[in-house]
Amino acid sequence: MNAAAHSGSVAPPAPGRGAAPLLELEGLTRRFGGLTAVDRCSFAIEAGRITGMIGPNGAGKTTIFSMVAGALRPSAGRILFDGEDIGGVPTHRLFHRGIVRTFQIPHEFGRLTVLENLMAVPAAQPGERLWPVWLSPRAVARREREVRERAEDALRFLTLWELRDELAMHLSGGQKKLLELGRAMMTSPRLVLLDEPGAGVNPTLLARLREMILELNRERGYTFVVIEHDMDFIASLCERVIVLSQGAVLTEGPMERVRRDPRVLDAYLGGDEENEGATGTGTPAGGDASRAGTAAGRAAGEGHGGALGAGATDPGESPP
Amino acid sequence: MEQQLYGIFLYGVFLLTMGGIYAVLTLGLNIQWGFTGLFNAGVAGFFAIGAYTTAIVTSAASERHLGGYGLPVAAGLVAAMVASAVIAWGVGRICIRLRADYLAIATLGIAEIFRLVLKNEVWATNGPRGISLIPKPFEHLPEPWNQVGMLLLVFAVVAVLYVLLERARRSPWGRVMAAIRENEAAARAAGKDVERLRIEAFVLGAALMGLGGALMAHHIKFIEPNAAEPVSATFLVWVMLVIGGAANNRGAVFGAILIWTIWSTAEILSARLPPEWAVKSAYLRIFLVGLALQIILQRFPGGIFRERRFRTAPSSSTREQPP
Repeated sequence: MNAAAHSGSVAPPAPGRGAAPLLELEGLTRRFGGLTAVDRCSFAIEAGRITGMIGPNGAGKTTIFSMVAGALRPSAGRILFDGEDIGGVPTHRLFHRGIVRTFQIPHEFGRLTVLENLMAVPAAQPGERLWPVWLSPRAVARREREVRERAEDALRFLTLWELRDELAMHLSGGQKKLLELGRAMMTSPRLVLLDEPGAGVNPTLLARLREMILELNRERGYTFVVIEHDMDFIASLCERVIVLSQGAVLTEGPMERVRRDPRVLDAYLGGDEENEGATGTGTPAGGDASRAGTAAGRAAGEGHGGALGAGATDPGESPP
Repeated sequence: MEQQLYGIFLYGVFLLTMGGIYAVLTLGLNIQWGFTGLFNAGVAGFFAIGAYTTAIVTSAASERHLGGYGLPVAAGLVAAMVASAVIAWGVGRICIRLRADYLAIATLGIAEIFRLVLKNEVWATNGPRGISLIPKPFEHLPEPWNQVGMLLLVFAVVAVLYVLLERARRSPWGRVMAAIRENEAAARAAGKDVERLRIEAFVLGAALMGLGGALMAHHIKFIEPNAAEPVSATFLVWVMLVIGGAANNRGAVFGAILIWTIWSTAEILSARLPPEWAVKSAYLRIFLVGLALQIILQRFPGGIFRERRFRTAPSSSTREQPP
């Protein structure tokens, strides 16, 4: 693939690993009426890495994404991006600072073509203002050519080239997921938040999606945070995983360790030993486990987890 | 015989002039609804603002209403666009975040408020009796050249607007507006300042509605508050756009002329009926337009001219098929 062709001019140099974190959450909280969706959540994301975020449904993963991406205002706590508090900054401003998100349910521009879906993304398009369109069409056309080339490269990379003239509403669910990733490729993002990129994607496409994410990380230095229920997918992608339960960080660390953590099993399965294999083997049971997760997580929080659920009973302190 | 033909010719000129003025209004609504997905149910309000602005600015002095500035018609047209745009900007600042259905309710209400203000602020607008003797371009020319001159002026305006808006539609500006229409959250996530762009589309559309209102005032030489009735202004313009094809400028112009022709000829036919029928048949044309809407949308779900998107390869069929 020709991903490297872009990286020279567009990707910011990836800071050395172990440098100051790119994103830091400090006691981040979000309440919806009486429900606390995210409860004093604290963790850090290092630049240049792919970090996984897992947890049963209702654990607050997407809510955290929405706050980081500026779609929701935090009820309390801070979101530090590059050391600066970005809590409550509107989404379109954060985009220009390099934060790009994709959506759990694909948000395509349905009655635009696939190519147009990507061409609509880049910033600094003089043609998005009317006076240049009417008065200096040449400058507009020049930038438009650049944007089009970049979009065409992205479509080839995503293997959506053949569908470029199709209306996006006619794509399959999996193809729409790829298009979501493509939107992130149309800028030079510093932080890409992928919300369940693999949901509803068939295994072949999923394997390709994984290669694409790894390549974008390796070749262009994108920092990824990935929400996903497919444990094998996460394991093969991320060095570090953050586990959330009931809006708080339950634990974090490498996937192998997290997988064996009894608190994690507890959160997903309510401590049912017979199903222990589920988190291990991933895909098929993953959905079931997460469905059971919310109730199980609640049980853990109420002391059912006992000594094992230390992190869950006191979510304020994030485990090491 | 010759006189009859001449009458038909004059009627044709009148019909096309009105159709052209409606085309200006429909092109304005197309920016808001077709391009950007803004449900403006207050077309009549911006129409009225434009009509009254030019009436006040261009008419001769009168004790009955504000005015006496006697500016040329061109200045009146510009003033009408500016007035509509400024008011649309104020309305947009407050309402533009509303979802489509709520925006419709809000704009409908605002247009009614405008109409009531125009009806009741008698010192400025002469109230329900309206403003008459509005100057008409080319009126010093002999018949029929004065009428033909007006027709040519209206069509020149439509042609200029068509070229500008067609260029805008095909540009990244048109693309970003369509993106907002299709998925607001994704447009935001792509760094677009959705509020600012929506206001921009709203203001530009309203400016054209004001221009349409001003052209109408000069054409009829008279304006009164009932010209801003929701049925004759808002409803008719919506039908024109939906039938012609939203998001398609050609459709907007075509729909305006088609529907105005149906509307106008229905009036003539009903006028020929015996008087006891004529009153009832006034409602018949609303029925006729509704029927046309039904039939055309059954056969052409996206309007007669559908939205056309940029394609890298020319397609053999204009209809999109799912893969």
